Amino acid sequence: MSVNPILEWTGVLLILVGSLMSVVSAFGIIRLPDIYTRSHAATKSSTLAVLLSLLGAFLYFWAHDGFFSIRILLGILFVFLTAPVAGHLICRAAYRSGVKLAEGSGDDELHHVLFPDKKDDDSSNRSSTITKEESLL
Amino acid sequence: MTEKILILSLVLFSITIIVALFRIIRGPSMPDRVVALDMIGVTLLSMIAIVSILLKTKAFLEVILILGILSFIGTIAFSKYLERGKIIERKSDS
Repeated sequence: MSVNPILEWTGVLLILVGSLMSVVSAFGIIRLPDIYTRSHAATKSSTLAVLLSLLGAFLYFWAHDGFFSIRILLGILFVFLTAPVAGHLICRAAYRSGVKLAEGSGDDELHHVLFPDKKDDDSSNRSSTITKEESLL
Repeated sequence: MTEKILILSLVLFSITIIVALFRIIRGPSMPDRVVALDMIGVTLLSMIAIVSILLKTKAFLEVILILGILSFIGTIAFSKYLERGKIIERKSDS
């Protein structure tokens, strides 16, 4: 039987909050306009979702079975360390392989630093000049 | 009651996986698909935790750690391929 029902319910509610956060992240990945904002949604909130649900599972096993699972703690630590690194790497690969920003995003200052020999006729730069002119108007 | 809440969380996580699958099929660029695949891996991790609670077993807890490591290695390999064109580079011996 359950040793500590309050701790057990806390674990289950943490898992529920984590799943709701994961659905929010899914809406972000389907609604946002370009790869960078999508990766913003996918990396942050899905990492928080998996951290919450793994912490809930750890609390549940600790309360229900009296089992202090060091593997779930290692999994929490590992996901917390590696998910932002993976998001950073895939965003950098996307930018250097030339994926465009969304329409209407602001100044793209990295473009002049990374590709100094290109002309200013890309759509990202054009949209930035358009926003500059609109701000002047 | 806790079992019903856990099953509801499983349903919500599988909705997340279905939506990310939509992004994989219809993603306009290749990094979109990699981001969605990474998200599916992370979501699968927490689904395994919930299933191991529901089945009342501790035998799946290694799977969580191993799947996290494999998802990270896969994402890094894909991003390196997209950036440089090769995954493991040769030594510059020319």
